Amino acid sequence: MIVILDYGMGNVGSILNMLKKLGHKSVISSDPNIIKEAGKLILPGVGSFDTGVEKLTKSGLIPLILNHAKVEKKPLLGICLGMQLLGEKSEEGKLAGLSLIPFESKKFNFEDKHNLKTPHMGWNLVRKVNESYLVNSIDSDFRFYFVHSFHAVCKSNENILLESIYGYKFASAVFLENILGVQFHPEKSHKFGMKILDNFARRDNFVS
Amino acid sequence: MSLRPRIMPTLLLKEDALVKTIKFSKPNYLGDPINALKIFNGKGVDEVCILDIDASYKKKEPNFGYLKDIASEAFMPLSYGGGITNLNQIKEIFYIGYEKVIINSSFIENPNLIKEAANFAGSQSIVVSIDYKKNLFGQRFCYSHGGKAKQKIGPVELAVKAQEYGAGEIFLNSIDRDGTMQGYDIEIIKEVVDALTIPVTACGGAKNVADIKKVLLEGKAHAAAAGSMFVYYGPHKAVLINVPSEKDLFDNNIY
Repeated sequence: MIVILDYGMGNVGSILNMLKKLGHKSVISSDPNIIKEAGKLILPGVGSFDTGVEKLTKSGLIPLILNHAKVEKKPLLGICLGMQLLGEKSEEGKLAGLSLIPFESKKFNFEDKHNLKTPHMGWNLVRKVNESYLVNSIDSDFRFYFVHSFHAVCKSNENILLESIYGYKFASAVFLENILGVQFHPEKSHKFGMKILDNFARRDNFVS
Repeated sequence: MSLRPRIMPTLLLKEDALVKTIKFSKPNYLGDPINALKIFNGKGVDEVCILDIDASYKKKEPNFGYLKDIASEAFMPLSYGGGITNLNQIKEIFYIGYEKVIINSSFIENPNLIKEAANFAGSQSIVVSIDYKKNLFGQRFCYSHGGKAKQKIGPVELAVKAQEYGAGEIFLNSIDRDGTMQGYDIEIIKEVVDALTIPVTACGGAKNVADIKKVLLEGKAHAAAAGSMFVYYGPHKAVLINVPSEKDLFDNNIY
């Protein structure tokens, strides 16, 4: 069973429905008893970093997430802000993230010549930096839908799973063993996003 | 032409049903918008635009509960327009799973709403839609409230103003061509594109892939939106949700 964590940061119905369409059982929940039983967790989120940390703290979910990912070593996938919350901190806020993966989030910072805007919003390509089951069969023509102004900056290349280019290269997916995060929205990237969520859902619940 | 131009089905809602109009009137009932979205999911469309054509005219709030149900079924980015009058509604639209809001009547009545909205969410998420019609002398004037209220301003002028107020995109819709499948109003689309730095989505009149190619190449639109060609099929306009194949678009050098 996959549990999509509900802590009040945006509509997560499309994640649930995409998993359902793929034939995987999932629920949206903030119930500790259900979360404790989860084989896999998805940490979604849209909004600002500190609001996300505050809502996560208030929801009482943090110890459950840490137990799931660090003690039981079960798969955890962060999406968009949910990915950024897996890191140590963000330029967007003052509060500490979950520090499950060694990275911080920084604002896009371009030289003027690019004439690029933030947020980075729209479809973009990805390139594999490292291998993981999550990006199995992801080809160079796969596109994903992005909406974000901050991006992960990893301390080590080992934690970069995918990179994309917007003005410059940035980590569009990060990972550390069983803990994974994608900056884009697989649930809004139809057949391409389905591949990612299917890879995640099909994985047995052991360390990657 | 942009690297990969967006091709965007536009779904019209009237009392929570999917309809298609001709010249902004004669709404033809087509069925359930969620069924249409499910088909678009499978076809992998770039983006879907959902417009409630009644809301502003009838001074109705967006139907958030229903719009949330729609968003939950969409595996692609969504934009919504219709009946939006204040920032709280805009926040709610984003919260329930929409990536962009589309504002038309409220921009004419209260242009500062665009400024507020762009400050809150960033320009990229704020689309101003412009509906216009040609008069007997060939002059084009904008209309609000579902094409019912004539304005004194033309589409180029209004688009420039929308950009100044912080809109991130213009959705340009020809009332005369709506539902007619006679091709896009290339001339004015190009004029608007040339007057702006922000992207323009052209709508109104598309019949087929050739029209889309023309509006992207000659009209220089950044995105092509259409209604009829995605919901009708064949010369007798049978109701059938359909999308040009990726191959078709490649073969026509659109991608």
